[in-house]
Amino acid sequence: MIQIIIALCMLMITGVNVAVAEVITIGAASDLNFAFREIAMEYEKASGNQVRLTLGSSGNFYAQIQNGAPFDLYFSADISYPRKLEEAGRTVPGSLYQYAVGRIVLWAGKDSHLDLSRGLEILREPAIRKIAIANPKHAPYGRAAVAAMEHFKVYDQVKDKLILGENISQAAQFIESGACDIGIIALSLAVAPAMKSKGTYWEVPAETHPLLEQGAVILKSSKQQESAKQFLAFIKGERGQEIMKRYGFTVPSAG
Amino acid sequence: MNWIAIAVTFKLALLTAVVLLVVGLPIAYWLTFSKWRWKFIVESVVALPLVLPPTVLGFYILVAIGPHSPVGRFYSDVVGHPLPFTFEGLLLASILYSLPFAVQPFTAAFEQVDRRLIETSWTLGASKLKTFFQLIVPLSTTGLITGAVLSFAHTLGEFGVVLMVGGNIEGETRTVSIDIYDEVQALNYAGAAKTALLLLVVSYGVLLLVYAMNRKVWAVWPQR
Repeated sequence: MIQIIIALCMLMITGVNVAVAEVITIGAASDLNFAFREIAMEYEKASGNQVRLTLGSSGNFYAQIQNGAPFDLYFSADISYPRKLEEAGRTVPGSLYQYAVGRIVLWAGKDSHLDLSRGLEILREPAIRKIAIANPKHAPYGRAAVAAMEHFKVYDQVKDKLILGENISQAAQFIESGACDIGIIALSLAVAPAMKSKGTYWEVPAETHPLLEQGAVILKSSKQQESAKQFLAFIKGERGQEIMKRYGFTVPSAG
Repeated sequence: MNWIAIAVTFKLALLTAVVLLVVGLPIAYWLTFSKWRWKFIVESVVALPLVLPPTVLGFYILVAIGPHSPVGRFYSDVVGHPLPFTFEGLLLASILYSLPFAVQPFTAAFEQVDRRLIETSWTLGASKLKTFFQLIVPLSTTGLITGAVLSFAHTLGEFGVVLMVGGNIEGETRTVSIDIYDEVQALNYAGAAKTALLLLVVSYGVLLLVYAMNRKVWAVWPQR
């Protein structure tokens, strides 16, 4: 019995630690869910390094980094978080990079028969019972959704219908699964293959909410700063930009 | 299926069960045999993780081991990196979280041991330690295995605590339950379903083992 347990232990320990090249750990906003899986795969092929991707809400990552989370790179959906880390001296100087501008869309499933061209006004419809957004407390896309609803003066009427996802991917999952009737999610998720065929979307005009400027930094505590720089360069490069654009991100013109 | 997450989870659950077997025995022994009148205070502390919301436990652990606490600073000075969002941090949290699942069956088993046997052993000159290992432990095997197995199974499925102190890092703190959560958000329902089924089967198997061992009609192992 004891031998079996020891053998199992060995198997697990060695099974986990097979790492030849460098491993970079990335905390990324969940609007990057599909785009970054593709980018990570291509980067791994090109560099031979390994990417450990953790997706979540930008605000949660910010709190975790302050508590010592071991990320090498942090991709936030709101550049103010990495900026605050930079001011606190927790980042590699000069590494702050605005990698994209995000957009929000109104999304509904194909069989909902909602006329999304009416824009956010449609949220007032009594037939709509549940509206999914990301939690505005710590998710930038949730804040943008609330700002847009306020801009169209529908927020007060619909705020009781709001269902808050822990991050924007969860909000997207809520509507994709039919648990919510409609939702405001990231364009990058709406155009991803997993969602595109299942619903329709309407782009919320960018001027109706604060710009979703997205920022990345390399963290000072990183032990793989060279590889982290290399990954950042890959995002800035032609291939990275092409993928980001395909997922609906506006990328900075000068690489 | 995410084999890395599965390996991390089993490693975590196994280590938690092993540590609890070592740490839980003296605690359970003391809880069983102490005549201290305020013992119930300690009993309540040990049972606390049963009723405490995992996020509350996770929050306190995070604060206690984070870089702003003396404990957290001491650890990162000695080891070179902070404790939260590492496997070791998660292990510590799992041990606290699963403590009652080990200690309570241990205590129940110790209480079943005939007092006369224990006192005879003492009277015959065997030390308390010798009595414990050569009399009490062999007579409590079922309870000890139950405690270890339950804490193993409980750690397999923990979610709230892992979410608070784990940080969802692949190969390090991404456990199976977090992986299922991630797969659902990536709209990969097929992947989530496979992993969920594995967890269901393992959990059921573990409980089968526990109940089969504890049944009265016939024992899996013949009576000594």
